[in-house]
Amino acid sequence: MIGTSHYLALSALLFAIGAVGVVVRRNVIIIFMSVELMLNAANLAFVAGANSLGTMGGQSIVFFVMTVAAAEAAVGLAVILALFRNRQTVSADEIALLRG
Amino acid sequence: MSAFLFYPLAACALAGALGVVLARNPVRSALSLVVTLFFLAVFYVFLQAHLVAALQIIVYAGAVMVLFLFVITLLNLESDSGVRERPALAAAGFLAGAVVAILLAKGLLDSTVPDARGVTLGETFGTTKVLARQLFSEYLVAFELTSILLLVAVVGAVVLAKRTVEEGERDEARTMAAAEAETEAAHRVIAAHEAAHDHLDHGHAPHSGPGHVHAPAGGHH
Repeated sequence: MIGTSHYLALSALLFAIGAVGVVVRRNVIIIFMSVELMLNAANLAFVAGANSLGTMGGQSIVFFVMTVAAAEAAVGLAVILALFRNRQTVSADEIALLRG
Repeated sequence: MSAFLFYPLAACALAGALGVVLARNPVRSALSLVVTLFFLAVFYVFLQAHLVAALQIIVYAGAVMVLFLFVITLLNLESDSGVRERPALAAAGFLAGAVVAILLAKGLLDSTVPDARGVTLGETFGTTKVLARQLFSEYLVAFELTSILLLVAVVGAVVLAKRTVEEGERDEARTMAAAEAETEAAHRVIAAHEAAHDHLDHGHAPHSGPGHVHAPAGGHH
């Protein structure tokens, strides 16, 4: 029998893979997709929790997370576009103007 | 949900997630992410979150990922186009990630989470009606705030994306001029308000009108 803890474990694995993607990859767009992956892992945990507790709160939060993720994707991709126009690169290593 | 279904589906979702991180080509990464999102929607259905599952397909797989693919194709990013990956960093990152993943998954699997077996879910659990009622009563303020957030995001995205290098400076000059004009207008409005107030205070209310706007300090002398 598959219980809530299995879903939470799956969510943790997805989150860890997303976190590794953010740390390891140097392509800004792939870093961004990894962030989306982490958000989705959190969503899975929320839905599993809602199912486990029998309350709808978790599903409402997922709704808000999706909205924020969509807004974030729109603005973030616009930033990447502007960045690419100015610097002709999407490498996170070369966008280091603020590094001391 | 039986283990018979869960493990293959979970394996597919994890394979998609690994594809996002490992693929050299950004388009493959994006498509792997779509695979993961679809399998997550399947899990949502099994967890009786039907509306969330539908939104997952429509919003994520439909809208967000299309946006990603548009940007990737717009920038014409080939596999590792000018992006140097770092093997040492990657090895360290994967090692650390594996440790974190194993510890988290082990801990969560061993934890005693109250399962759905203990709770009887109502017939209407997860339906659009129940979720909508909650969104429009309990979370009304947050719901309205998300609409503002989306508006700001849309305006911000358009402003950020339309600018180019040469036009950037010209645009800046134009926005500066517009901002100055706006401040000027705002000052005028404030002055008008103050003038009206002064007139009220001094008992000149009957003939305080738009004509007095440009001489706000006139009544003091």
